[in-house]
Amino acid sequence: MTDKFISIEAIAKRYPGAGGATTTVFENLWLSMARGEFACVIGHSGCGKTTVLNILAGLDAPSEGAVIVDGQAISGTSLDRAVIFQSHALLPWRTVLGNVTYAVSSKWRSWDRAKVKAHAQSFIDLVGLTGSEHKRPSELSGGMKQRVGIARALSIMPKIMLMDEPFSALDALTRGTLQDEVRRICLETGQTAFMISHDVDEAIYLADKIFLMTNGPGAVLAEVVENPLPRDRGRTDLHRHPLYYALRNHIIDFLVTRSKTFTAETPGHDPRNVPLVHIGKPGLTIATSGDEQRQTWIPGTSPGLTA
Amino acid sequence: MTSSLRLRAGLVSIALLAAFLGIWHLATRSTGPVATMSPEYAKLMGLTATQGKSAMPGPLDVGAKLWEHLRRPFYDNGPNDKGLGIQLGYSIGRVGTGYLLAVLVAIPLGFLIGMSPLLSKALDPFIQVLKPISPLAWMPLALYTIKDSSISAIFVIFICSIWPMLLNTVFGVASVRKEWINVARTLEVGTVRRAFTVILPAAAPTILTGMRISIGIAWLVIVAAEMLVGGTGIGYFVWNEWNNLSITNVIIAILLIGIVGMLLDQILARFTRMVTYPE
Repeated sequence: MTDKFISIEAIAKRYPGAGGATTTVFENLWLSMARGEFACVIGHSGCGKTTVLNILAGLDAPSEGAVIVDGQAISGTSLDRAVIFQSHALLPWRTVLGNVTYAVSSKWRSWDRAKVKAHAQSFIDLVGLTGSEHKRPSELSGGMKQRVGIARALSIMPKIMLMDEPFSALDALTRGTLQDEVRRICLETGQTAFMISHDVDEAIYLADKIFLMTNGPGAVLAEVVENPLPRDRGRTDLHRHPLYYALRNHIIDFLVTRSKTFTAETPGHDPRNVPLVHIGKPGLTIATSGDEQRQTWIPGTSPGLTA
Repeated sequence: MTSSLRLRAGLVSIALLAAFLGIWHLATRSTGPVATMSPEYAKLMGLTATQGKSAMPGPLDVGAKLWEHLRRPFYDNGPNDKGLGIQLGYSIGRVGTGYLLAVLVAIPLGFLIGMSPLLSKALDPFIQVLKPISPLAWMPLALYTIKDSSISAIFVIFICSIWPMLLNTVFGVASVRKEWINVARTLEVGTVRRAFTVILPAAAPTILTGMRISIGIAWLVIVAAEMLVGGTGIGYFVWNEWNNLSITNVIIAILLIGIVGMLLDQILARFTRMVTYPE
């Protein structure tokens, strides 16, 4: 983790609770990503995943800490960080083209109509919606709506794409197709992407790096799991890879049991140096800011389980 | 299927109208007892006393009179005898002026209140107290301060049509979906552009619904207001014809008030449909 394109540093989110008490969703959260990386956050509801994404988008401000993107501390929203919303959030009174041109003309205000339209059209083509430009969102299926959401986010050519469970409202078949599209587009354009997911397989297919978060309130980033699958992985033969089940079991074990017990069982957890898990390699390497490397053994990551 | 339903509904409507007119005709045709009186006295009495004719006009009387009015809608024989077109014109003019002034105040103000939770809370008690006041209760105050009966009527229309528009605009603006606002925020859209490209189209159906309620109330109130201020207008016409004991003209006025009210409502309904978006 030398190239920190995105660096979330010691952020916390607190809400005033009942009777003057404050509820801490999470605190002292550190997280970093390299340029061109696809990261996925997995955790149970209420662990603050969406809050982290909203802070990264600038829609929400952290109670403490800072977020640094490309060497600059962020304040508020930016056209450099595009969001794909879970509920697609298309403007229903605009057509498909109108929704995309709205974004394009927001980014390049001096562009003339024809240029904006041509630019928007190229992204509508990219997500496979050619021919539906003049339809309104109400005339589109859920998958097509989310394609428009993706086209709108990509059209402003952001430095980062932020996705808040973008496919959770879709049926399994459409979800698979859109995952393929997103993966293709991100690989082609070298897009840095940060995604929230509930779906372990989605994370394994799409992400280079998977962030595991414990249950909230008081959620912590427990581990960063590196995806050991090759970069040219395909959806159909994903599960045949020798490390697939080890990775999947590790994540599921975490979600089922360790996400509840992690904080109690790991008193020495250093939120600044979150363990980096390499599935299939002996032991566990702890990434630190310094040079020292600690070795720890975590069930599910031993070589014996990876066969 | 829908066309046949429409056809059948139309036939039922016509049948109901025919039944109503028939019953009306039969009910007003009957002759009452005729009193014997000297010819001089009979001249002073109406047909009700001398020929036993019902004082309530029948549909044929009303139809004939309506035809007379429709042929000459814009005649002007002095203050107490003007064509129905002129009277309706005065009323529509007052409603239009008061209503447009209310639109100009209510929608920008509603926008401001809706976008600011502070203003919303601070102004709420005033709106809650002012809203239920009968618009006619303002009339004496308006007459005293404005000292012009015609402008006072316009003021009454203004004050009665402002509340539904104001409240609907506030509600529409305040309840624009957070995700649409977030879209504008992530695209770094400025406040003014956001107001016109996101909040206005999102709140437009709610605002137009408020405008539609307002025009209905304004048309209800103008009749009463013109009865009070007098001079011109369809409300004044109704009261004047009551003083003339011309029930026929009163019935015609009632019919026309209904038709104009319906047309005003339909115009606003059409505008509402234009800005409504399916989700």
